[in-house]
Amino acid sequence: MMREITLLLFVVCAGTGGELCISRAMKTIGEIRSFSPASLVYVILRVIRVKWMWLGIGLEATAFFSLLWVLSFVNVSEVVPVTSLSYAAGALGGKVFLREQVTRERWTGIVLVSLGVVLVLVGRV
Amino acid sequence: MKSHLRFKTYVAILIMIIFGPLGNVLLGKGMRRIGVINFRSPADIIHVLIVVFHTGAIWLGIASLLTFFLTYMLVLSWADYTFVQPSSSIAYGMVALLSHFLLREVITPIRWLGVLVISLGVLIVSWTPPRTTGRAE
Repeated sequence: MMREITLLLFVVCAGTGGELCISRAMKTIGEIRSFSPASLVYVILRVIRVKWMWLGIGLEATAFFSLLWVLSFVNVSEVVPVTSLSYAAGALGGKVFLREQVTRERWTGIVLVSLGVVLVLVGRV
Repeated sequence: MKSHLRFKTYVAILIMIIFGPLGNVLLGKGMRRIGVINFRSPADIIHVLIVVFHTGAIWLGIASLLTFFLTYMLVLSWADYTFVQPSSSIAYGMVALLSHFLLREVITPIRWLGVLVISLGVLIVSWTPPRTTGRAE
């Protein structure tokens, strides 16, 4: 039981951590205003030189393979509701790590989204 | 300027909620066409890779997921992660609606309630400003 909980929390933390790192990498690049193919290639060439991007991709890959491992011995119906914790973890990470302003309205929205995702996934036929 | 930022954030999220689920569905469809994979020797891995990359649905799925990921990266360059992450969850509602109206799948009342709660949550998040930070160091 302890192993399942530890692994599930690891999946949530690594997955959300990966997204936060990718977000941090894109914030260092700054707002992208041109969407021409040449500009997009230039953005990719710039972003692959940012260490946060590589850390983010590494964490996302680790989370993905850990999730596959967890699914080999825990039921999907038990795994999925736990992964919706990533919305709360993301809000916390966004506030602390990215210094975003998470207002009361945004927290309320995030809590409702997490609850809704659990209902959608649990309510499968 | 702020309405321009909001508009392009919504367009990016719309692209994400279309191409993310579409990519997953296409990959699933392609892999189902291939059937059950058994790895008995290293030659099997090469054989599977050849079959996988000769399946059109898989290429379309990869292209869709690349579009999703690129758009995700772009939107994060100007919008908050805590705005984009919950807003993109409207994809769950999109999948439920599409599977009900196009594929005639049965959606349970609990699932409809979930879609409603997600939509309400996304609506509340969308009232907040998409960007609350400047460029990071």
